[in-house]
Amino acid sequence: MNSKGRFGEFGGQYISETLMNELIRLEECYNEAKNDPVFNEELNSLLNEYAGRPSLLYYAGKMTEDLGGAKIYLKREDLNHTGSHKINNCIGQALLAKRMGKTRLIAETGAGQHGVATATVAALLGMECEIFMGREDTVRQALNVYRMELLGAKVHAVTTGTETLKDAVNDCMKEWSNRTEDTHYCLGSVMGPHPFPTIVRDFQSVISKEAKQQILEKEGKLPAAVIACVGGGSNAIGAFYNFIEDKDVRLIGCEAGGRGVDTPETAATIATGTLGIFHGMKSLFCQNEYGQIAPVYSISAGLDYPGIGPEHAYLHSIGRAQYVPITDDEAVEAFEYLSRIEGIIPAIESSHAVAYAMKIAKEFSKDESIIINISGRGDKDVAAIARYRGVNLHD
Amino acid sequence: MTDKIKNSFAKNPGGKAFIAFITAGDPDIDSTYEFILKMAEAGADIIEVGIPFSDPVAEGAVIQNANVRSLKAGTTTDKVFEMVAKVRKVSDITLCFMTYANLVFHYGYDRFFEKCKELDVSGVIIPDMPYEEKEELESISLKYGVEYISMVSPTSEDRVRMIASEAKGFIYVVSSMGVTGVRTDFSTDLKPIIGHIREVTDTPCAIGFGISTPEQAAKMASISDGAIVGSAIVKIVEKYGKDAAPYIYDYVKSMKEAVIAQ
Repeated sequence: MNSKGRFGEFGGQYISETLMNELIRLEECYNEAKNDPVFNEELNSLLNEYAGRPSLLYYAGKMTEDLGGAKIYLKREDLNHTGSHKINNCIGQALLAKRMGKTRLIAETGAGQHGVATATVAALLGMECEIFMGREDTVRQALNVYRMELLGAKVHAVTTGTETLKDAVNDCMKEWSNRTEDTHYCLGSVMGPHPFPTIVRDFQSVISKEAKQQILEKEGKLPAAVIACVGGGSNAIGAFYNFIEDKDVRLIGCEAGGRGVDTPETAATIATGTLGIFHGMKSLFCQNEYGQIAPVYSISAGLDYPGIGPEHAYLHSIGRAQYVPITDDEAVEAFEYLSRIEGIIPAIESSHAVAYAMKIAKEFSKDESIIINISGRGDKDVAAIARYRGVNLHD
Repeated sequence: MTDKIKNSFAKNPGGKAFIAFITAGDPDIDSTYEFILKMAEAGADIIEVGIPFSDPVAEGAVIQNANVRSLKAGTTTDKVFEMVAKVRKVSDITLCFMTYANLVFHYGYDRFFEKCKELDVSGVIIPDMPYEEKEELESISLKYGVEYISMVSPTSEDRVRMIASEAKGFIYVVSSMGVTGVRTDFSTDLKPIIGHIREVTDTPCAIGFGISTPEQAAKMASISDGAIVGSAIVKIVEKYGKDAAPYIYDYVKSMKEAVIAQ
């Protein structure tokens, strides 16, 4: 079999011939770099000294008491520099890009977190940076657009299709196929053609590597469950990865249910999607009977994506991880709940994971623990949540 | 069906062919029927029929917008098949489909290629299915004698011989980096690529992406076996809508003349 980067039947490299040699070079470069002590030293030094790792594993005592079940731990990726887990991957890929002699980074962004993280690392390493963001998302996340510009990046508002994350990926792929010589596509999730799902997973797996060590120190045993939100799935795979072999640890991904999985206004790929080929990978996608990609919806710009990374589709297919939809309403309630009870404002994306933990905490005994991955902080979402509650913060 | 594609080149003086692309269903499927017949009449040797996709990532703005218009008009894979069946009642022009992997996969590789055979469609061009992934439909393509058309690009480098040696029907040589759409100049020297192809195969190769003028078509045909034009034709449809047929006819005729003059 010629096809590479498979997770079961999922994955592969469904991409234009123009990009194939670039993907092959990226894979070769990564395989070299990951075994190079100098590369790893630089990566770890930036993760620790610049991004602020390791991130805390915080025992949410009030929340635990209030929910009355498992001990709740929050993996605080929101405390990383730039406010989300995205920086883990951006530092890694930017170092790879430099190693390949590239001077320019391009990236897609939904909520803006990946765009901000890419722009940040580009500034740090002295690289050019251009970000593609759906026009609708530039409105939902105007603050992040300005942050990226402050960091020296050029932001393109994408006006095709649904003007959201999927369309940003389309335009970013087009730009990359136009210019690979000096440009690396710093893909933000565990999706796209091989080797991206593997590279991004490896860079994000630091989350579960730390969390496993931290929970063993605090509890002396593994958690009963790890819960994370899933769009493309990078924070979730990062939070799951080092627990996959620990069969007693439940792995739960929370998808964007939008206005409900029985409505067309949803982005819950596992719940409503079917097998397909898109954005370089074979995986599950929200699509119609002919394979036209569906215009999905979620309140969360970062989860508003019609597909899911191939490794998640695989973990789902073998029953190792479970995926559940969380509606906008549930996510907003969780957003407000965590803010009030622990003084932590989570990203609306991460709020999907918080919401599911709130539902199931009681099913566990008091000597069991649950880790929720707080993939990002919610400052960027405050205006949108205010609007959702009928409060207009502008003018 | 490889023979039908090969003959579309071989029948012309110098073995050069002009390949015309049209997005099916833009502005509506009945117009596409008419446009295909007009292009055949004007001398197009092969017509590539684009089945519209919601997210055509290999396309520039012109063809992407045509995909949007077509889908809005209600075009589906089945409606494109019905239209081609109608064409087949009056014309035996060499046809290929151009579409994205998800549409073919979703229809079912076997069902899709069987349909192609039934409609005498000679090949299928899938820009997001490279050499490494073609394996999953190769045996089906073989079973029905409907070719998977291989693409080669300026960045293919060491891959050119590998791809060309397994290529069937014709080889689609992408003129330059990026997506489809009109270009004013072509910086890539394609002669070495064509040279590498010819070292390993006698499968004809035609150049596409960005060609719009007879001069460009003539130049590309002079170094290969033909020219492929898409966006420039779709632009005419964008401008004249249902009334585009005579304009398409004149344009295709001028392009064909330029190509066979080589």
